[in-house]
Amino acid sequence: METIKINIEGHIYEVDKSLTVLEAARSVGYNIPTLCYWKGGHNSLASCRVCLVEIATARGGRLFASCVYPVADVPAEKGFVIKISSPMAVEARRASVELLLSNHNQDCQACVKNGHCELYEVASIVGARPGAFKGSKTEVHKDEIAPGIIRDSSKCILCGRCIERCKEAQGIGILGFEKRGFNTFVSPIADRSFAHVPCIQCGQCVNVCPTGALSEKREITCVDKAKAEGKFVVVQTAPAVRAALAEEFGYKIGELNATGKMVAALHRLGFDRVFDTNFAADLTIMEESQELVNRITKGGVLPQITSCSPGWINYLEYYYPQCIPNVSTCKSPHEMEGAIIKSYFAKAHNLDPKNIYVVSVMPCTAKKYEAKRPQNANAEGLPDVDAVITTRELAAMIKRAGIVFRELPEEEFDQDLLGQYTGAAPIFGVTGGVMEAALRTAYHTLTGKEFGPIDFKACRGLDAVKEAEVEINGLKVKVAIASGMKNAKVLLDQIKEGKSPYHFIEIMGCPGGCINGGGQPFVKPNLKPEEGADILETYREKRAAILYSIDEKCAIRQSHNNPDIIKVYKDYLGEPCSELAEELLHTTYVANREKYPEVK
Amino acid sequence: MKIRLEVIKDVREICQKHKDEPSPLIVILEEVQEKYGYVPVELQEVISEETGVPAAEIYGVVTFYSFFSLTPKGKYVIHVCLGTACYVKNAQAVLDKMCAVLKIQPGQTTEDGLFTIEAVRCMGACALATAVSVNGKVFPRVESKDVEKILDEFRNQEAK
Amino acid sequence: MEKITSPELLDQKISECTEKLSAKITGKGGKRAILVCGGTGCLANNSKEIIEKLEALIKEKGLSDRISVNHVGCFGFCSQGPFVKIYPEDTLYRAVKVTDVERIVEEDLINGKIVEDLLYVDPQTHEKVARMDDINFYKKQKRIALHGCSVINPDLLEESLGYDGFKALKKVLTEMTPQEVIDEIIASGLRGRGGGGFPTGRKWQFAANVKSDKKYVVCNGDEGDPGAFMDRSILEANPFEVIEGMMIAGYAYGANEGYFYVRAEYPIAVQRLLHAIDAMEKAGLLGDNILGTGFSFRCHLRLGAGAFVCGEETALLNSIEGKRGMPRPRPPFPAVKGLWGKPTCVNNVETLAQVGYIIRVGAAEYAKVGTAGSKGTKVFALGGKINNVGLVEVPMGTTLRSLIYDIGGGIPGNKKFKAIQTGGPSGGCLTEKDLDTEIDFDTLVARGSMMGSGGAIVMDEDNCMVDVARFYMDFICDESCGKCSPCRIGTKRIYELLTEIVEGRGTMETLDELKELAKITKNNSLCALGQTAANPISSTMANFYDEYLAHIQDKKCPAHVCKSLSKYYIDPEKCKKCSACSRACPVSCIKGVPGKEPYVIDQSKCIKCGTCMATCKFGAISHE
Repeated sequence: METIKINIEGHIYEVDKSLTVLEAARSVGYNIPTLCYWKGGHNSLASCRVCLVEIATARGGRLFASCVYPVADVPAEKGFVIKISSPMAVEARRASVELLLSNHNQDCQACVKNGHCELYEVASIVGARPGAFKGSKTEVHKDEIAPGIIRDSSKCILCGRCIERCKEAQGIGILGFEKRGFNTFVSPIADRSFAHVPCIQCGQCVNVCPTGALSEKREITCVDKAKAEGKFVVVQTAPAVRAALAEEFGYKIGELNATGKMVAALHRLGFDRVFDTNFAADLTIMEESQELVNRITKGGVLPQITSCSPGWINYLEYYYPQCIPNVSTCKSPHEMEGAIIKSYFAKAHNLDPKNIYVVSVMPCTAKKYEAKRPQNANAEGLPDVDAVITTRELAAMIKRAGIVFRELPEEEFDQDLLGQYTGAAPIFGVTGGVMEAALRTAYHTLTGKEFGPIDFKACRGLDAVKEAEVEINGLKVKVAIASGMKNAKVLLDQIKEGKSPYHFIEIMGCPGGCINGGGQPFVKPNLKPEEGADILETYREKRAAILYSIDEKCAIRQSHNNPDIIKVYKDYLGEPCSELAEELLHTTYVANREKYPEVK
Repeated sequence: MKIRLEVIKDVREICQKHKDEPSPLIVILEEVQEKYGYVPVELQEVISEETGVPAAEIYGVVTFYSFFSLTPKGKYVIHVCLGTACYVKNAQAVLDKMCAVLKIQPGQTTEDGLFTIEAVRCMGACALATAVSVNGKVFPRVESKDVEKILDEFRNQEAK
Repeated sequence: MEKITSPELLDQKISECTEKLSAKITGKGGKRAILVCGGTGCLANNSKEIIEKLEALIKEKGLSDRISVNHVGCFGFCSQGPFVKIYPEDTLYRAVKVTDVERIVEEDLINGKIVEDLLYVDPQTHEKVARMDDINFYKKQKRIALHGCSVINPDLLEESLGYDGFKALKKVLTEMTPQEVIDEIIASGLRGRGGGGFPTGRKWQFAANVKSDKKYVVCNGDEGDPGAFMDRSILEANPFEVIEGMMIAGYAYGANEGYFYVRAEYPIAVQRLLHAIDAMEKAGLLGDNILGTGFSFRCHLRLGAGAFVCGEETALLNSIEGKRGMPRPRPPFPAVKGLWGKPTCVNNVETLAQVGYIIRVGAAEYAKVGTAGSKGTKVFALGGKINNVGLVEVPMGTTLRSLIYDIGGGIPGNKKFKAIQTGGPSGGCLTEKDLDTEIDFDTLVARGSMMGSGGAIVMDEDNCMVDVARFYMDFICDESCGKCSPCRIGTKRIYELLTEIVEGRGTMETLDELKELAKITKNNSLCALGQTAANPISSTMANFYDEYLAHIQDKKCPAHVCKSLSKYYIDPEKCKKCSACSRACPVSCIKGVPGKEPYVIDQSKCIKCGTCMATCKFGAISHE
């Protein structure tokens, strides 16, 4: 790394020469406020003008946006001084924020992002004066129709992070700047709803939005209503939730495996049963690996692609319908769990399935849409899952109930037919995890032997596309893993052209998998400078580490060895991919999903 | 709005024609605008499909540049120049009169679909201030009292 | 034209064409030539019909083999157009109508008598002037960028070759190294004519210093300043000269591809440019291995789709790349990372139009014209309240007074000069006290305005400066790209405050807030559009503070422009009850009884358009 000496207000620092002033300052302990900057971004950089610093030479000072200004251009030895707190810089930053506030609805108390809003935080940091500038506001554009994500332009500051996120992480570009000047707003084409454009509802845009302009569509009141109506309310939690929930309660990222406290909280929130989606993850592996074995041995369509990410399934239907035959027909784990709860579990407890209300706590906004698909319901149209709340919504419910998270004891999931899980399940929450879990079981199915070593390291890590080869009974099984649609596209194009060399592919909608889902706690360097300058590069690994450690600590680490799974097949389903299993646990996809349906 | 199939086919051809040019989006949009008088959202979706540029980005481009229109314009598009040279010669009064007579605002089209008024920024005909053009024909040194006369010229053409 | 494949062939072609053009001008061989202005302004005044009629009549009279009819580019003196010029006598007819054509043919072309009433009349001496060079408007001008305008037919490569075209290109390709070309341009002191005035040679040097597999030259013809039309006129009159400048730039820093970015509102310029590119390709002057020297160059054209901000170079590059024209932060500068990430110099039309001349005459000769800091000439588009509206090219250092009075012919209607706005919406107003300022890049900035692209709009006592400031702010608000918050929101807030003032709701605090916002937009904005957006406010507040006070404290608009502060009324004593005003009123708010009762304006409905006052022949209507 080439370094350079810079002068920040009289102090000389040696920093990486390739950084911008903002990044360099951050690396030596200064947190310059910003709203549009996002690590690795470029689309709309330097637009918010909140990170202005004065760069002074003997000839005087001028203001520059520190997020884009290269330190290479301001070496200390040439007399450049970076001033963060000169009157010129302080006033300029304050003015930029005050102007933004003058075109913002400022309904902060009732905002879903209250407590997580970067504009709010930055306004306080720069000392914005109340009502400094007044005037008309840009016309408001709202979308409250889409099942997963909602949009309110009256809170938007046009930083463009969401536009870039959708384009860069997912390669889609659902959002764009529309109109110009004071009339500019961010929206899908022609101000359509996310529901009426080929948006995959992954929620990555929500994660980077600095304000309340983009947020998940909350379903807390639906849960409240079900309880009030006296329904038998069952909650299940996805693996990735426990890897991040504690962040909502002041724990550092990766600090705490929140499983025990989360379960304790759910018990206190009055759910009739608290289950772990991990059980269904094991079930998914049983079904999906059997499906793979069938395809391989019976000459089915290959490669088989995983189906547990609804963001990915949306992408499939909108952009690669020709790949539908490749995709496993398995429902995603929480849908399977819902289906089992409303059949096997209901029957065992003599409950009317119509009276059971299944709530899924998911790291995901696309799951909200998934639960509403008619394909994910039983023959009478009864949905497998009734409500999906995100990790963030669960945290809100815990806070609302007055529960002090830190003081909670550790409790166990309810051991009632669906209680047990293996180490193969929690790693579903991270890219490569489903593949690793499936290989453990598929290997066993085909060879009758356990796959060893259990850890299949080639599946791990955050590379864009990972590939590996496993020899099973003399057959070289080639697998590939991608997360984020931009990465998945490469593998899908190979299939489309008939050139895919793989047998099995895992695709996750969000980069890094569910640990980085659109419903997870926000990772905002602006709001939590104490997480360190490199947090955006490391948070996914930190969360993944929690899931891998859960796997390691499990006594049983292969889905097919889960006693409750063995039991459900023995007592109810028969065997993987049996007729009943097909009916309850498998789904279908839409080949002709309209990208831009006509809207009245 | 339903777009006729042959228009969609034609737009696809326009896209294909320019596909080897670097970043041809605006070139394509200009050609469609020129040919059909507007670039509706439905055609933007077609262009998105052909070029791979996200639809929202195309809409963003169309709504950024004043040359593009999302809705069809009138048979006669009236440009009233509001460039500085015209403005200081009271172009605003000409525009106001034009709007009052046609009972529409700048950017709008009369109900009969005959006239669209657009306030434009400098046609570069500063010596002719206030300049008004109708479908490209420039009327020099227009004052508000000339408005009816100009409109009549086109109304009469229609009457014929 | 056959391919010109070597420098020698070019020389040969140039001398043939030069001889031919000079024969046309001097009438050698007993031929006469008629030149008719084919610029946008004159075309709007029927110059095309004039040409057609001339051709038809000449044919009818059997004079076709002795008299040629040519269209040429802008004569510059647009307020007197359309122009018809006759060689070899060099007679200039102005304000020619289609109905005058017959007389020109009969009296002048056949009988050799000048058509007196079509000649220019000097407003001071009242004498008729027959020759162009004797007209005051032209006397103080020096044509470098406008070289060939109103002389050559812009559709004919031969005429360009006959009028110095491509001599410079041949010189650089055969006699100079790329570095020598850059050094020459640096030595000439040429500064960018698009607004900022950055030294052109240094810009080229930056791009030359970057190693890259690909580089581009971009010509900025997105002339967006309202009231500026020099780039259009140059492209319409001599596109070859600009292409040649672009090629020399390409040779100098190693680019082999050029993009013209021209406003779609300039159809004639676009068409002539395309024609010129085509003609040059056919002649081998564009393409691979030009003149056999190994230098290759290709030209493309992209149309500006109507966004003022695209005049900003990084926004322009985004626009060529098919994106919204939103500026990019700098650094990196385009010379390092420009079009499609490759080193690119963006040069204005007028800048490139000067390059050939510099190479032909040498930097030293060029630098003799102008001031210490600003060399050469500058083209201005004179407009607004001035007699000689048009396009003028003057040496840097000419005074504003000379520009307005000697060349511009002063203010019409004996009105009082109030201000001249230079630099368009980014510039400022200069007043009486600035009239003896010698115009150059630095003096204008020092006086609170800027050169900009060369729009110069004159205002008289009937213009309200607060209203003018608001007009510019309205323009900027409309044209702000919306990317950065100080410009997007700040300019809107300024516009709203100015609206408060012109509507009589302003207070002294409004002025303080205006000053603060002006500072913020200047300091905080991302690009030059925002950074200069408040200039019209700052300069009108500095020069016309009393007008602001009149609006705020007295609730009066001294120029009677601001509608909310003015009121029309009819003096019942003077009213002849003729009903003319009532009939003229667009909103029918004047009531009375013809011949019986005097007319009265219903103030609640009056839109203050002033039509009634203009209509009344008896001076019964006045306003305050």
